[in-house]
Amino acid sequence: MYKILKAEKLAANIYLMDVEAPRVARHCEPGQFVIVKMDEKGERIPLTICDYDREAGTITIVFQPVGASTTKMTEMKAGDYFRDFTGPLGCPSEFIHEDLEELKKKKILFVGGGVGAAPVYPQVKWMKEHGIDVDVIIGSKTKDLLILEDQMEAAAGNYYPCTDDGSYGHAGMVTTKIEQLVEEGNKYDVCIAIGPMIMMKFVCLLTKKLEIPTVVSMNPIMVDGTGMCGACRLIVGGEVKFACVDGPEFDGHLVDFDNAMKRQQMYKTQEGRAMLKLQEGDTHHGGCGQCGGEN
Amino acid sequence: MADVLKRVPVREQDPKVRATNFEEVCYGYNQEEAMEEATRCLNCKNARCIQGCPVSINIPGFISKVKEGDIEGAYKVIGESSALPAICGRVCPQESQCECKCIRGIKGDAVSIGKLERFVADYALEHDIKPEKAEKTNGHKVAVIGSGPSGLTCAGDLAKLGYEVTVFEALHELGGVLVYGIPEFRLPKQKVVKKEIEKVKELGVKFETNVVIGKSTTIDQLMEEENFEAVFIGSGAGLPMFMGIPGETANGVFSANEYLTRSNLMKAFDDSYDTPIAAGKKVAVVGGGNVAMDAARTALRLGAEVHVVYRRSEAELPARAEEVHHAKEEGIIFDLLTNPKEILVDENGWVKGMKVVKMELGEPDASGRRRPVEIPGSEYDIDLDTVIMSLGTSPNPLIASTTKGLETNKRRCIVAEEDNGQTSKAFVFAGGDAVTGAATVILAMGAGKAGAKGIHEALSK
Ligand SMILES: Cc1cc2nc3c(=O)[nH]c(=O)nc-3n(C[C@H](O)[C@H](O)[C@H](O)COP(=O)(O)OP(=O)(O)OC[C@H]3O[C@@H](n4cnc5c(N)ncnc54)[C@H](O)[C@@H]3O)c2cc1C
Ligand SMILES: Cc1cc2nc3c(=O)[nH]c(=O)nc-3n(C[C@H](O)[C@H](O)[C@H](O)COP(=O)(O)OP(=O)(O)OC[C@H]3O[C@@H](n4cnc5c(N)ncnc54)[C@H](O)[C@@H]3O)c2cc1C
Ligand code: SF4
Ligand code: SF4
Ligand code: FES
Repeated sequence: MYKILKAEKLAANIYLMDVEAPRVARHCEPGQFVIVKMDEKGERIPLTICDYDREAGTITIVFQPVGASTTKMTEMKAGDYFRDFTGPLGCPSEFIHEDLEELKKKKILFVGGGVGAAPVYPQVKWMKEHGIDVDVIIGSKTKDLLILEDQMEAAAGNYYPCTDDGSYGHAGMVTTKIEQLVEEGNKYDVCIAIGPMIMMKFVCLLTKKLEIPTVVSMNPIMVDGTGMCGACRLIVGGEVKFACVDGPEFDGHLVDFDNAMKRQQMYKTQEGRAMLKLQEGDTHHGGCGQCGGEN
Repeated sequence: MADVLKRVPVREQDPKVRATNFEEVCYGYNQEEAMEEATRCLNCKNARCIQGCPVSINIPGFISKVKEGDIEGAYKVIGESSALPAICGRVCPQESQCECKCIRGIKGDAVSIGKLERFVADYALEHDIKPEKAEKTNGHKVAVIGSGPSGLTCAGDLAKLGYEVTVFEALHELGGVLVYGIPEFRLPKQKVVKKEIEKVKELGVKFETNVVIGKSTTIDQLMEEENFEAVFIGSGAGLPMFMGIPGETANGVFSANEYLTRSNLMKAFDDSYDTPIAAGKKVAVVGGGNVAMDAARTALRLGAEVHVVYRRSEAELPARAEEVHHAKEEGIIFDLLTNPKEILVDENGWVKGMKVVKMELGEPDASGRRRPVEIPGSEYDIDLDTVIMSLGTSPNPLIASTTKGLETNKRRCIVAEEDNGQTSKAFVFAGGDAVTGAATVILAMGAGKAGAKGIHEALSK
């Protein structure tokens, strides 16, 4: 059992938790993820490691309710326990193996979208700790959905918030901000983009044109997270890769996003059913016309 | 008196009924039936059946106890050689192991050794007969990686010798393939697997789930930082293979591992669990082994029409005969001498069919079986919404790639001595599917036993 030490609502639809998991905290690196399982009957849910404290033995996760399991997770409080918490899984970000002096010469741009700001944060923090100032663009639909602003401001060299509706920061999508920064004369050696697949796809289309090598963090459907099931397979550079062991970070210019997005839709209908069951609880006994009545 | 040439029939769920549920197919013998079947054993002096059993159970020994009605005594005899008899009695390929050597089989049916073993083991589970525990620990710490049959057997044997054993398991449940692969209707999880694992716990073995060796920690760290004096690797062969044909990443194409894991481990078939499964209406399972049969029969129970697509003929099907027989009874359709060429995909990225080609058998290949060759111009399309790839598995490279000095062969299997499990690294032992590639439960158990022996010898020096 893994104890929740802190549970906080960061924004309308985004939640943060600190969880006690000493083995994971001792070995994790930026870029890796964990799989959590709430209780006996819950799903295995992959979540990026957003921060870690090796001494305290804790891991920070940030999540957004998407389907039935993540929605139930929002009700968990400090003092509650996860039944299972596995990790660290996946490969660490490549830059941690790079020569620090070489890395310091590079100009790095981070792009986070929505809840993707959370996995961007530990990487930006790592850079700060190693004396590297990076540019960070974080996009969200509206001001109220921007998360980790203070932390990001403190860790980034330049921090550029963007909102789709123009309620705060740069008005427009993250891609328009990238274009603007490049037009202003910024020359980036590498871009690291983490967010919804659709955002990563458009960032990659742009950075390909601008010739900026780009790393993305893929979040396909997963089951075990150890290479055993193949559910997480993606096409990268024409080859099949398993995101949980070969990734989750890949060269964004090689990822087949259209295939990945189609695969992510796979459980839409089943998931819709699980949501219906959750909302209606015991009163849902078929006849809704949505689930064929067998539930 | 019944015909001694015929075995006492075993009661089974009606095929029509069982095709719609996940209850166990075979009910097993009751004591009366078991005692009657036991009388068919000739108690041979030079019992050939024992040579067929990879862990050399004293078969005539335990059967004669059954004959006398001393079931507890029979359990003790089996317990000398096997830690998981309720499991082996159900899933061993007896027809190619113990039973195929039985003298009774020359003229008539072989003695039903597996069903008798199952009866004895179930009796012990029901009557809570426990294995004997070591009197005190010897202070030596051993780590076991993986809680499949090889790891469980190795851990149990070492605990009986007094070692302090901790088993590290990557998943959230214990049992390896026994829980995530083999379905409920063949091997009940609560009634059998959980209880057999409880017995290993009662021997004093500690278990830590959710620990992925190579990620959460490494073998070198376990030995250097946590003072484990020896390690047994029983991490199995869990990596699924795909064919590499067009359309394989479409929605609706699964590895058998994913399909079975969703159903067995995550209990997707049970509405009270959250994990979804795309059941499918018309399903093709590609392959012909035990895993393919399990995936096919699971899909059938979830309501699909199921075709097993296999490139050789019926005689070469690698699955246990009993499973093929059960699958046919339940209504699985076998498309033999047929091989997929391409998976056909609709505009939304979902499977809509499969292009296949007919095959014929040519000259024998390296495996000694006749090589299937395509019949030119025989391609045709079948309509489908789900394809399950069951082409075999290989060991996960995670452990080998994170352990200094651990040698593997070109099939990515860990190199280890057969009789004691010793690997190329001192105090590190290995066995089961991680060493042999995908094999059987009983061979994995045998390797776990050998590993325990090897570790005991190494630490007693
Ligand atoms: C390596 C990895 C890291 C991740 N890190 C985070 C994280 O830090 N924070 C976070 O909130 N989520 C993260 N995710 C996504 C998260 O795992 C899913 O949102 C979660 O599994 C949904 O679970 P569920 O049971 O609620 O819904 P599910 O039953 O899994 O899915 C519900 C529906 O949502 C869709 N869906 C699933 N995932 C996503 C997604 N990422 N974006 C858009 N639609 C999706 C599915 O297609 C499905 O239709 C990560 C995923 C991966 C693979
Ligand atoms: C669907 C299916 C049906 C089968 N049917 C039969 C049958 O009828 N009869 C028969 O005899 N055999 C059958 N087999 C084969 C048999 O189950 C295997 O040969 C046997 O389970 C191998 O045992 P093992 O202990 O070597 O490995 P496994 O049972 O594979 O167990 C390995 C364990 O190690 C864990 N692990 C892996 N990597 C790590 C790591 N890095 N850190 C921590 N833990 C790790 C895994 O999660 C797993 O729990 C079947 C197999 C399958 C898949
Ligand atoms: S363990 Fe398997 S091979 Fe050995 S006697 Fe039992 S059923 Fe036969
Ligand atoms: S070979 Fe057959 S008859 Fe002889 S001891 Fe073994 S089971 Fe009994
Ligand atoms: S999640 Fe199962 S192989 Fe990646």
